[in-house]
Amino acid sequence: MTTSTAPMRVEAQAPAVPRRSGMRWRPIYLLILAWIVGVLGPYIWMAITSVTPLSELHATQTTIIPSNPSFRAYGRLITQTGFLRNIANSAIVAVTVVVIVVFCSLLAGTALSRYRFRGRRAVLYAILLLQLFPSILLLVPLYIELKNLHLLDNLVGLILVYSAFSMSFSTWLMKGFVDQIPGEIEEAALIDGCSKFQSFVYIMLPLSKPGIAAAGTYAFIYSWNEFIFALTFTSSNTAKTVPVGLSQFIGENIIRWDFLTSGGVIAAIPILIGFMFAQRGLIAGLASGAVKG
Amino acid sequence: MLSPALVILAGFILYPAVNAIYVSLTDTNLLNLSAQQFVGLDNFIYMFGRQDFRDSLRNSAVWTFGNVTFQLVIGMIGALILNARFRGRGLIRGVVLLPWATPSVLVALMWLWILDPNLGLLNHLLRAVGLEQGKPIAWLADQHLALPTLMAIDIWQGIPFFAVMILAALQGVPTELLESAKVDGANAWQTYWRVVLPLIMPTVLITVILRLIWTANYFDLILVLTNGGPANATLTLPLNSYITSYKGGDFGGGAALGVVQAVLLAVLVAFYMRQVRRSEIA
Repeated sequence: MTTSTAPMRVEAQAPAVPRRSGMRWRPIYLLILAWIVGVLGPYIWMAITSVTPLSELHATQTTIIPSNPSFRAYGRLITQTGFLRNIANSAIVAVTVVVIVVFCSLLAGTALSRYRFRGRRAVLYAILLLQLFPSILLLVPLYIELKNLHLLDNLVGLILVYSAFSMSFSTWLMKGFVDQIPGEIEEAALIDGCSKFQSFVYIMLPLSKPGIAAAGTYAFIYSWNEFIFALTFTSSNTAKTVPVGLSQFIGENIIRWDFLTSGGVIAAIPILIGFMFAQRGLIAGLASGAVKG
Repeated sequence: MLSPALVILAGFILYPAVNAIYVSLTDTNLLNLSAQQFVGLDNFIYMFGRQDFRDSLRNSAVWTFGNVTFQLVIGMIGALILNARFRGRGLIRGVVLLPWATPSVLVALMWLWILDPNLGLLNHLLRAVGLEQGKPIAWLADQHLALPTLMAIDIWQGIPFFAVMILAALQGVPTELLESAKVDGANAWQTYWRVVLPLIMPTVLITVILRLIWTANYFDLILVLTNGGPANATLTLPLNSYITSYKGGDFGGGAALGVVQAVLLAVLVAFYMRQVRRSEIA
């Protein structure tokens, strides 16, 4: 970490600040505070609303903090709507996509990083190019394709589409991570009598753990968040995912703020946990993958 | 080893992409998918003549370039902040990334709640400090406010991506260069413009193009919050394609709009790459 030079950059961004060391930290802490409030504010406001009783919610003189906080909205959400089913659907889809994407992208990333074969560069760039296709271009043909495969309104259909859409980025991410593992380690394992398969399982797999975590988190976040495909390809609650379920609480005439905010808090939790867990690897992978790409 | 990944990519991205071109040349209808007929360029000719196409083209341009410009400038400042030394830096780097990882629908509904004309927090605060008198401001229902409001939300969500990408580049700037610049008498501002910026430029350029593509294609937020209204004020090209396909049932016309979107993006990317390459040579 380049800590010794860090204060210089603070000044670079706020040149009017005098250079005496005692003054330096003040403006930056204010900026950070403002940023944190700006980022977390909407989440906190949503969480506060979710424990506000309906009677206070629609009162004309809304107070910021509810006088009688209650978790009734969560109870109503679970008993009166199919939201639990949406959560289960999202969880099934996201976990399956993670398994498929991690498996396929680890294999593909290793092959692209380790082996030199004809058309390797072409494959690499083709994968990158596929990532750039607008999803709106594919929406209609995918709908027709899934309909022909009888996978509309079906979790399998969503799983296949999400796997494809998170595959290219994950493959690039994984290739980048495998590139950083020295080939000598594998060679040493082979000399010591490991088979190719053994060296993959005992050497490559543990060493590429950060890459697996990053690619897995990316695939999970993508699948958990995706909205347009889910909205278009599902029609009944047997396949609707959390974003679709949430969007249904916004009716033509009435918006169920109690459902929206309590459901929103529930939807945010897995993202919070997954993100805190793998944030470092994801950022590193994102940065390295993009720079090389 | 490559085949599982390639099969999935070919089946669910490449094949539909090719098929999209075919569908755009037919009169395929949502309700009767089998009775499609080849109509040549009819869908495109019909589309170019329509006012909503021109509206969506203009809105898409404003949306894409406006959002990315603001995200770049604020994200750059954010990266410089995150690169400074302060307490709890690791935690705060994680926290500020949160909007980027949040489901678009969740972002939409959080802001819908804050922006609600009667019950929303924002109008309450504005009234409390006396900035809003008379009728409550309808942020998302006003012809002139709707697009800027949506853009502000997208900028809010997109800043972290820029900040983190640029931060990663900043961390790759060698300390020795900064020190020698200081020894040579450069002030902080000069150091930034002459030493730091050129070094992080490759990352900035790639982040900008990734973000341009992503923003141009992103319409979840608009779909949930305004659905293109009021009076097409927030209708972008991809949203127009979506509405044509699934509200109007006109798959052929929707696919044609999707093809136009893809072609425009490809032209943008090619032009951008050429400019970047030219500036590198110069």
